[in-house]
Amino acid sequence: MMDWLGMPVAASAHAGDVDRLMVLVHWLMLVLFVGWGGFLLYVLVRFRRSAQPVAMHKGMRGSWSTWIEGGILTAEVILLAFFSIPTWSARVDAFPSEQQSTVVRVVAEQYAWNVHYPGPDGLFGRTDLALLGPSNPLGLDRSDPAGRDDITTINQMHFPVDRPVIVHLSSKDMIHSFALPQMRVKQDAIPGLAQPVWFTPTTTGQWEIACSQLCGLGHYRMRGFYTVESTAEYEAWLAEEAAFLLEQ
Amino acid sequence: MRFFKYLVSTDHKVIGLLYAGTSLCFLLIGFALVLVMRWQLAYPGEPVPLVGGLFGVANAPGGIVLPEFYNQLGAMHGTIMVFLGVVPLAVGAFGNYLVPLQVGAHDMAFPRLNLGSYWFYLAGGLVMLASFFVTGGAANNGWTSYAPLSDLAPGHGQTLWLVGMGLIIVSSLLGAINVITTIVQLRAPGLTWFRLPFFVWAQFITSFLLLLAFPALQAAAILQGMDRLVGTSFFLPSGLAVSGQALNVAGGGSALLWQHLFWFLAHPEVYVLILPALGIVAEVIANNTRKPLWGYRSMVYSVFVLGFLSFIVWAHHMFLTGMGTTISAFFQATTMIISIPSVIILSALMLSLYGGSIRFTTPMLFALGFLPMFGIGGLTGLPLGLATTDVPLHDTTYVVGHFHYLVAPGTLFALFAGIYYWFPLATGRMMNDLLGRVHFVGSLVCMNLIFMPMFVQGLAGVNRRLWDGGEQYAHAQSVLSLNVTMSMAAFGLAFFQLFFMVNLFMSLRGGRVVGANPWQATTLEWSTESSVRAYRDPYVYSLPGAAADFVPQDQPAEPS
Amino acid sequence: MTAIPYTTDVRPDTGVTNPKLGMWLFLASEVMLFGSLLSAYVLLRSGALTWPDQSAVLSVPLATVNTVILIASSVTMLRAWTALTAGNMRQYRVRMGVTLVLGAVFLAIKTFEYSDKFAHGLGPATDNFLGLYFVLTGVHVLHLAGGMLVNAFLLGPGARMWRSDPRRFTQRVEVAAIYWHFVDAVWLVLFVVLYLL
Ligand code: HEA
Ligand code: HEA
Ligand code: CUA
Ligand SMILES: [Cu+2]
Repeated sequence: MMDWLGMPVAASAHAGDVDRLMVLVHWLMLVLFVGWGGFLLYVLVRFRRSAQPVAMHKGMRGSWSTWIEGGILTAEVILLAFFSIPTWSARVDAFPSEQQSTVVRVVAEQYAWNVHYPGPDGLFGRTDLALLGPSNPLGLDRSDPAGRDDITTINQMHFPVDRPVIVHLSSKDMIHSFALPQMRVKQDAIPGLAQPVWFTPTTTGQWEIACSQLCGLGHYRMRGFYTVESTAEYEAWLAEEAAFLLEQ
Repeated sequence: MRFFKYLVSTDHKVIGLLYAGTSLCFLLIGFALVLVMRWQLAYPGEPVPLVGGLFGVANAPGGIVLPEFYNQLGAMHGTIMVFLGVVPLAVGAFGNYLVPLQVGAHDMAFPRLNLGSYWFYLAGGLVMLASFFVTGGAANNGWTSYAPLSDLAPGHGQTLWLVGMGLIIVSSLLGAINVITTIVQLRAPGLTWFRLPFFVWAQFITSFLLLLAFPALQAAAILQGMDRLVGTSFFLPSGLAVSGQALNVAGGGSALLWQHLFWFLAHPEVYVLILPALGIVAEVIANNTRKPLWGYRSMVYSVFVLGFLSFIVWAHHMFLTGMGTTISAFFQATTMIISIPSVIILSALMLSLYGGSIRFTTPMLFALGFLPMFGIGGLTGLPLGLATTDVPLHDTTYVVGHFHYLVAPGTLFALFAGIYYWFPLATGRMMNDLLGRVHFVGSLVCMNLIFMPMFVQGLAGVNRRLWDGGEQYAHAQSVLSLNVTMSMAAFGLAFFQLFFMVNLFMSLRGGRVVGANPWQATTLEWSTESSVRAYRDPYVYSLPGAAADFVPQDQPAEPS
Repeated sequence: MTAIPYTTDVRPDTGVTNPKLGMWLFLASEVMLFGSLLSAYVLLRSGALTWPDQSAVLSVPLATVNTVILIASSVTMLRAWTALTAGNMRQYRVRMGVTLVLGAVFLAIKTFEYSDKFAHGLGPATDNFLGLYFVLTGVHVLHLAGGMLVNAFLLGPGARMWRSDPRRFTQRVEVAAIYWHFVDAVWLVLFVVLYLL
């Protein structure tokens, strides 16, 4: 009953809530459309000119249309109050603690996702606009002790499975939108604003990050990649990146 | 010089027809732009056949549409369709021509302002078109022109877009003042408020929306113009770095300010697109069922509620800009509530069919086609209006499908219905019925083949505004071939419009000549009296005991 | 062609003439325009990390003088209209003339304020406060200048209508006065928001 909408695999803890509401609201739409559509067809056949040469001045009697309208309103209120608002509130109000989560910074720019992991010390290094350069798109200050071990990538993210992820989103230039379709996550990255977003991946796999806001001529190719993997694989990846950092 | 005389006439009928002609041309242009886009979406990176060479090397070298040109086409398609095509046709043309007639007035309240409104509209349209030919081409930041992208866009295209919008806004304001004053002041004797045809009510509320919502965009355009030309930073936050270079501006602005101002206009604007359409459909349905509208009063109250609520739902376009629970709950709630008056109006129109004696004339076919199409468009607004389900759907083709069902097989069908229905009023001739039927069936099929697959793609997560139609994304692969289906259908749609165009021009000179009231309608626009008076409600059809199955509003009561 | 009804006569059931209703509608949309600009001001100011001390950047005394001038011009405008309702064309001319002069003085002072800012290197691009200051007062000045054009017309060539159709002319002046009061009211708001708050 859940997959007739053809959505991407649901691979995060809250995806089920989103999909459940999606399916419910589409059932409501389908029922209304089929119901009214049936009525329309019936009326068009029954009251065509040849079958009904003289119209009824009064037409439909009774107040069941009010009941239908009331019913739609009730259904909408239920969807809103018991499904949409609680799920939303869990997304934006109930952030997990940073200690128990994988914390990442993502800085969007035309047309790439700059990814910033805090490294083993768990602290993000200082960043500064003045340090921006082709090899340092984040403007990360490597002389800052907290920044020495930071891991940066472009368009590549890795998450350990079954552990909450907190992404601190921002943008250097335009508005972008950070979408992870399989996580049911999408959040605008707006310059001048810090936008945190969190989710818990529950299935391992390799998918894509899609930019969902028109951000210029390269918008269509602002594509990143993310991997959800076991904690061991994730640690291995981090170690590999750290080693790569030492080489430089 | 007869043509010139028309261009300076202050007669509302002439101005209405000028509006009609001009806006139809813009609809055609908007359609042409999207056909190029549809080619590119179906066959990314392949040269556009036939016309590809015309776009110039800066836009389409070798006939291959460049991403920056694709974005120009998208932004201008949206802008032209909404502001230069549909609204001027629905309000400028139909409103101008019919509102004075339906309220029994000789002209609009301010004939010269009316002409001014047309001139501002034409000027705005020409500026928009001209912007294709400046260096860097036309605006390419989406019809929404989100800052900072639009603020910092190089070239003059975006600046001209702002100028063009400014002119269009002035035009709309003049038009709106005129329509409201005409309805309030010039109603014929006996034409009380609740004897107004529903079409007039729809135009009345529409005008209020134009009057009160457009200034927000005017303000936004002034501020963005300052940002672009004078170097202020109203929409530019501190710490911007573009192409790796820190931007040298004062900063301190807000990127979201633009969105708030834009959507404060643009949400009421979408009701501007639909209300006149509902008005037309109501007229055509009453006439072709030969019975009064069901629930006329509840429809009138609903448009009022709709008009009022449309000012407090704008942020449902901004759910993903970082919204807390309270604010998102507010805007979700208003969005759900606003769907109820739409449901009431649609239900009333549907129930009006019950018990009728339905004539399947060409205008009626388009009006009937409108109903389920509006239903699909409106219903798909519900998952977008719930913030939780908007997360996966926002900025996917699902949204594009949602609003096209409302504006294309929705509003456009209603406008077609109106054209077929009132053509004899303007010309004294009928349009050809057979051509009209082919136009209807072809358009209905093609429209659904274009826009239905958008829901499938959108649910699969395919984004909108992608130059290559999502070709690169893994999650798009399973639904990618639909792009070809949709584009084929779009070309098919273009083919079926030929039937309309041929019909329109042919009927102007060769259509069947008809009398003053060929549809046997009741409302005042069909009256031949030079000064009219209203004696009854607008839709007195099939009154038991009456001589004919229709009693015009201006027919004096029989002495009893 | 038949004349359009209720251009000069009041429609009994609505209680207004067409031009007056048109003006009220126009002003409703103007309220939304200035309202939008002011809400931009509120949003930018409340979101700003630093905001200059407005009254230190701008000259409150000059603006106070301007406020007094505009209020005075509103009064003379009103009195010009009452002169017409009393049938006194000469008095009308004098009072309308004074209104125009007061408007011109306002513009002159405003020009001085602007050029003084520019001379000190302060322009719209300096910071968002000055940007908003120039936009808000600039849009207001354009409205004022538009009003002055109308007033000049009603004082000069437009006044010929007094002889052919005094009633209509009086109503025109009345409608122009409504607009003028509105421009005045907008200034009061701007004065408070930009100079005092
Ligand atoms: C005519 C224009 C029009 C109309 C009328 C509407 C009507 C509605 N719109 Fe839509 N909308 C747009 C035009 C319109 N919209 C546009 C242009 C955009 C995108 C802009 C952009 O980003 O570029 C948009 C985007 C948009 C969004 C933002 C999506 C996003 O960007 O993520 C949302 C979210 O809430 C939304 C919601 C709604 C709702 C709830 C309605 C409701 O009012 C609908 C109410 C109607 C019904 C509920 C139908 C009732 C039907 C029945 C009872 C069944 C009948 C069945 C038969 C007859 C068979 N719309
Ligand atoms: C009223 C508004 C309106 C209308 C009517 C349409 C009509 C159509 N639109 Fe458009 N569209 C928008 C408003 C509209 N659109 C907006 C706002 C966007 C978003 C832009 C953005 O991303 O910023 C958009 C985006 C958009 C896209 C997405 C692009 C992207 O995301 O990259 C697509 C893709 O297929 C599309 C297709 C179509 C098609 C095939 C039609 C067809 O239905 C067109 C049918 C047209 C006709 C049937 C013309 C009829 C007229 C005549 C026949 C004229 C006769 C003339 C004379 C007699 C002189 N539109
Ligand atoms: Cu970044 Cu689109
Ligand atoms: Cu909306």
